[in-house]
Amino acid sequence: MARATSRPRKARSSGKRSSRAKGAAKSARTAKVKTKARIEKPKESRQQLLGLYEGMLLIRRFEEKAGQLYGQGKVAGFCHLYIGQEAVAVGMQASIEAKDSVVTSYRDHGHMLARGADPKGMMAELTGRRGGTSRGKGGSMHMFSKEKNFYGGHGIVAAGVPIAVGLAFAHRYREDGGVSLTYYGDGAANQGQVFESFNMAALWKLPVVFVIENNHYGMGTSVSRASASPDFFRRGEPFGIPGHKVDGMDVCAVKEAGAAAVAYCRAGKGPQILQMETYRYRGHSMSDPARYRTRDEVQKVRQERDPIDHLSDLLFEHSLASAEDLKKIDIDVKQRVTEAAEFAVTDPEPDPRELYTDVLAEA
Amino acid sequence: MVVSVLMPALSPTMTEGKLAKWLKREGDVVRSGDLLAEIETDKAIMEIEATDEGTLGRILVAEGTENVAVNAPIAVLLEVGEDASAAEAMVAKALAPAPAAAPPVAAPAEGGEAQVPAPRPAAPAPQVSGDVDPAFLENTSSITVREALRDAMAEEMRRDPKVFLMGEEVADYQGAYKVSQGLLDEFGPMRVVDTPITEQGFTGLAIGAAFGGLKPIVEFMTFNFSMQAMDQIINSAAKTRYMSGGQMACSMVFRGANGAAARVAAQHSQCYASWFAHIPGLKVIAPFAADDAKGLLKAAIRDPNPVIFLENEMLYGHSGDVPVDPDFVVPIGKARVARAGTDVTIVAFSIMVGLALQAADQLAGEGIDAEVIDLRTLRPLDRETIAASVAKTNRIVAVEEGWPYAGINAEIAAMIMDTSFDDLDAPLYRVGAADVPLPYAANLEALALPKVEDVVAGVRAVTYRD
Repeated sequence: MARATSRPRKARSSGKRSSRAKGAAKSARTAKVKTKARIEKPKESRQQLLGLYEGMLLIRRFEEKAGQLYGQGKVAGFCHLYIGQEAVAVGMQASIEAKDSVVTSYRDHGHMLARGADPKGMMAELTGRRGGTSRGKGGSMHMFSKEKNFYGGHGIVAAGVPIAVGLAFAHRYREDGGVSLTYYGDGAANQGQVFESFNMAALWKLPVVFVIENNHYGMGTSVSRASASPDFFRRGEPFGIPGHKVDGMDVCAVKEAGAAAVAYCRAGKGPQILQMETYRYRGHSMSDPARYRTRDEVQKVRQERDPIDHLSDLLFEHSLASAEDLKKIDIDVKQRVTEAAEFAVTDPEPDPRELYTDVLAEA
Repeated sequence: MVVSVLMPALSPTMTEGKLAKWLKREGDVVRSGDLLAEIETDKAIMEIEATDEGTLGRILVAEGTENVAVNAPIAVLLEVGEDASAAEAMVAKALAPAPAAAPPVAAPAEGGEAQVPAPRPAAPAPQVSGDVDPAFLENTSSITVREALRDAMAEEMRRDPKVFLMGEEVADYQGAYKVSQGLLDEFGPMRVVDTPITEQGFTGLAIGAAFGGLKPIVEFMTFNFSMQAMDQIINSAAKTRYMSGGQMACSMVFRGANGAAARVAAQHSQCYASWFAHIPGLKVIAPFAADDAKGLLKAAIRDPNPVIFLENEMLYGHSGDVPVDPDFVVPIGKARVARAGTDVTIVAFSIMVGLALQAADQLAGEGIDAEVIDLRTLRPLDRETIAASVAKTNRIVAVEEGWPYAGINAEIAAMIMDTSFDDLDAPLYRVGAADVPLPYAANLEALALPKVEDVVAGVRAVTYRD
């Protein structure tokens, strides 16, 4: 989203490591102050829960590293981090299949990682290197993985929404049983083409799930200042599209709602809307000082609703994992991210001849 | 009192039509609002209502008559109780100046009061062909540009099940300009899709379908409405292959009527050639002749890239000999020498090729032998053919219907500086629209759009014949 209020400022060097890394040690205490914690035993198996944990942690660590590299000048341009919203991409990914299609906006690292893309290629795309997923030509906002049926990474607010409806159209045209998922924010929700998409998706009963990630700010404008109603899940009502509001900080809740919506779509009943209540900890982009909200507001969400802490609490509470188990995952994830970063800063820049490739396909 | 009933104009571009059926007989009483007759235009069959009351005294044009000119008297109404003989003088008068069959495009009316505006006719299909295998020319049939476009889509849809058509009124209505006539019947509603009026939305949807491996043809009723979808065309269709490092494909066609139609004023009369030709990642085609319309649309559908295919409403009804063989395809990126000549090069595209050919005929009478190049593709531009022609003629007039500022002609001029500076005996001359929004008034509209005389004047300028 190429809307900056000012030139990118140097990011604060994040000397303060996220306390989430020590989640295991803190979890019992933080669990007590949570207001929305699930206390019942989750339906998912231990293995599934550990997979969700790893998925979210990979995004968290990847994004923290991307932020660091931005601060060092290794990543440039517009860079929108997904920290805080991990449960949405990971929970939704757990509810779809490999053949399904995923489209998102410019805040796309989390969704593409969740889809199973290689962190090395993604980090190298952030640094603009030849080993990047787009061979260095797309950058942070334009990530794609044809192999993983991940169709971007769209820099124009809401432009990905009708594209996802088109992918749903293609699934139905080919009768391959696939479903399309489109992620967009509370800001994009007000774009006209979203409503155009609702209309066509409902009219033609296309298998698409509209996932609104309500992180409460469209850049610096809060939902209450931009939207006549914050009930985004109800915006499909005039079109007959069912919608649900989901705790987007609870990966199991996301997965459950996602699975139901995807099943509905796959059964040929038409589209669904899921409004994920979530929060981003960082600014809109790296150049956003985030003066439109207080530090206390951010801290409160981090302490009370963090999706990764929430899951680790759950795991401990039901004796599904030990601190050691999670530590092992932490170390493994950190290792992968470190390797990705090393690759991303050592891989050469694209060959100058790449300037003119990939503009057109050979007829 | 005797009233003559005139052949009505049923669309902005209608100049003639077929009197398909009379719904009243001579002697019938007619009330205002009664259906009088069915008129078949090149777009649709429409019923006409009586606007006066009386008795249908005399039918002047029998049903089944083709090519009845707009404004020709077709019947005479008598006041109730009036004797039929009262009409005879009127009938004699009405019949005298109005032959049932009018020329395809009306000449400019006197007094600036043009019923049929903007006399910008297209010449017959050019005889000098491009690089088409002559074997294709052995079996041709004379069809309209409209039919050629329809046949191109139908053949490619038969050939490749991934190809489908979507747009406003393309299915049930059979096309706002009848280009998609019959396609719904043959291919069904999954492949011929009527969309809501929602250009940004359905363009984005089609692009998503192309990302998903289908080959959409998006019909814009006219390209004026593509403005609503401009972001999707440029930011999503044109750029995604590059932004994804070649992973993503977007094989699709955006087609529809482009440019000025007739008397529809500024918001519905615009040439988008230079807008789209500006964008890397797009190909842009603007054919003139019927065979090119077919062969190039087929090539566009087969092309693995997003292709803008600019048609022209005024050309839809024009006929030409078109190869029948479904393998007939015209390569993208090649211009066609529509008329060979030695004294001056005239480059044009789409409807302007007709003007250029007419100008060339007129100039031949003055002893100037003009070569006319039909660009056919605007991006990529066939620089070689243009440069080779200018190397021979040393003079060039560039013609387009669009605005001059940063237009296609400006690109041709820059290209000539690159390739042909030393060949020139005169500066390039541009013929284009007046640099104003297109006005509605007939006389102002005619002044704003390029005319044959403008091309002739350009040629006289570069040949120093003034």
